[in-house]
Amino acid sequence: MAKNTVTKKKIVATKARLNDDIGEKKRLTMFRLQLEVRHIEQRAHDLFFQNLIKGTSHLALGQEAIASGFGAALRPDDYTFCTYRGHAHTLVRGASMTGLLGELMGKECGMLKGKGGSMHLTDVEKGAMGSYAIIGAHLPIAAGAAWQAQYNKTEQVAVCFFGDGTTNIGAFHEALNFAVIWKLPVVFVCENNLYMEYTPIGDVTAVEHPAADRASAYGLPSIIVDGNDADAVYRIAVTAFDKARAGGGPSLVEAKTYRHSGHSRADPGSYRPDGELEEWLKKDPIPMYRQRLLDYGIKEEVVIGIEEAVLQAVDEATEAAKASPTPPLEYAYTDVWADGGSSWRN
Amino acid sequence: MAELTYREAVSAAIAQEMRRDERVVFLGEDIAKAGGVFKATVGLWEEFGDLRVRDTPISEQAILGAAMGAAMTGLRPIAEIMFSDFLAVCWDIVCNQIAKSRYMTGGQVDMPLVIRTANGGGSRFGAQHSQSVENWAMMIPGIKVVAPSTPADVKGLLAAAIRDPDPVIFFEQKSLYATKGEVPDGEHLDEIGKAKVVREGGDVTILALALMVPRALEAAERLQAETGISATVVDVRSLVPLDTQTILSEVKKTGRVVTVEENPRLCGWGAEISSIIAEECFYDLDMPIVRITTPHIPLSSADELEDAMIPSVDRIFETIRQEVD
Repeated sequence: MAKNTVTKKKIVATKARLNDDIGEKKRLTMFRLQLEVRHIEQRAHDLFFQNLIKGTSHLALGQEAIASGFGAALRPDDYTFCTYRGHAHTLVRGASMTGLLGELMGKECGMLKGKGGSMHLTDVEKGAMGSYAIIGAHLPIAAGAAWQAQYNKTEQVAVCFFGDGTTNIGAFHEALNFAVIWKLPVVFVCENNLYMEYTPIGDVTAVEHPAADRASAYGLPSIIVDGNDADAVYRIAVTAFDKARAGGGPSLVEAKTYRHSGHSRADPGSYRPDGELEEWLKKDPIPMYRQRLLDYGIKEEVVIGIEEAVLQAVDEATEAAKASPTPPLEYAYTDVWADGGSSWRN
Repeated sequence: MAELTYREAVSAAIAQEMRRDERVVFLGEDIAKAGGVFKATVGLWEEFGDLRVRDTPISEQAILGAAMGAAMTGLRPIAEIMFSDFLAVCWDIVCNQIAKSRYMTGGQVDMPLVIRTANGGGSRFGAQHSQSVENWAMMIPGIKVVAPSTPADVKGLLAAAIRDPDPVIFFEQKSLYATKGEVPDGEHLDEIGKAKVVREGGDVTILALALMVPRALEAAERLQAETGISATVVDVRSLVPLDTQTILSEVKKTGRVVTVEENPRLCGWGAEISSIIAEECFYDLDMPIVRITTPHIPLSSADELEDAMIPSVDRIFETIRQEVD
């Protein structure tokens, strides 16, 4: 009897939810984006262990809902800025998977011609204005892009993603103050995955919520969102974007999440207490979101279709990137200057 | 021709470019309502208003970061860093971000911006407000480096820097702000990357930059009058791009070269130019290359101590008199 009641409630909820402010189409987009990130990150992990990707890589496994929720709420002409953990944020703008994996593999087809690598993914055509590998730098840079939007009255927004560790560097505070006094259309998104590299963020931060507790210092509301729930992230994004486009100035959002892997390729994450990862795996954003789609009445075949299509796209991109030649040596001498060259003398 | 001060030439150049291009915007500390701490930007806020000439907090990372973000997305910002010493607090934005973004993105990112900054000694400001740091910038691939010595060059080269599609650091020598000179009427636009022969002579070639140019010229006049030594003086004007054609050709003509730098000794710009000369026209030289520099020490604030450290007319005169003898 009790069971039936629950089911009944669910059916009622289904119709209401699917026709809510987010709707079916956006939800399917967010599901696809999360899956794209998940599979690309897993593929990057695998390719590392096949020695096909060198250097380092910082995966966003477990954090997919944040980039996807914001990504789904963005206009195509909006700007995004992210960190060295930026595969996800670049991908959700619609960047080419082949260009992304090719860049990680150091191939000619790489989106940066093999000159940037994992930590600098950029696709200006898609509004993905770069991945920044020096902590904090891109917060004022994002504010500058927002300044352009304000100056030209384009109603574009700039979104700047960063980790919890960034809240302790000077550029964070400079950028927040600057964006508020100039009322810039920029949204700062702190992805709090609980660890500053190898150290718990709480051990090195004066406040409990590294971003949200600092917001009041800049006259901003404290905003905390479940970063593993793409719907919740999407709603926060829409609110912040509406405010920014209307001239209301910046927002600072703290999204709580967890990275399933270590800080980087070199880090197995052994500093984490026993059971912590397992607890967070229960809150893995992707199975949760998949179940929500089914609960809301979306047919499983639709969901499976998306899953298969994403996996196929990642497989195809992997093969295309593998098949690409290495970049010609001349590339090393291009793109220092606007004329395409690198000459410093006549 | 009108006579302008070096500082008036700064605002004249910015005004000229802001009038012709709506994309040009200007930000920095005290640059708008106050007209700049060196009064080099007086009148710009009054003419162009709050939207285009904006005061900032004391946040150098925010200033240069915002300039970069704006440049990447279509504006042509001019950012002022009040003293070039302060570049040290935002050097990440300069050397890791502005300089490298075009390269690292395979050419996707544009970076048309100018960083103006008051550089150099002679004002008794002590070691943190007197450095000549153009050599810091010269070391970083991806930044153009300009340092004018006259009001005409300030206007023409700053206008060129603003129109340049690449990032330019424009080093204004703060002891030159009050100096006067003729500036062409109407639009004045020079070319970055061209040295200028400002005095011709047959015995020795002096390579100088910014404040060292008027001192080299005065020393050259005294050398001519008192010793008969006839010196060419080349105003290098731009360290990146470097006009090696003019430099090498002027060195070959006299077979003797002296660099006069405000930088502390190690890795001053003269060291790089000396190395190029040694590699490329060694057999044209009649004497070893001579570098006249600030010693490798921080600058002091007391008049006598500071003056004794920065290359002076007397030191340039004496050194050349002895070496060229």
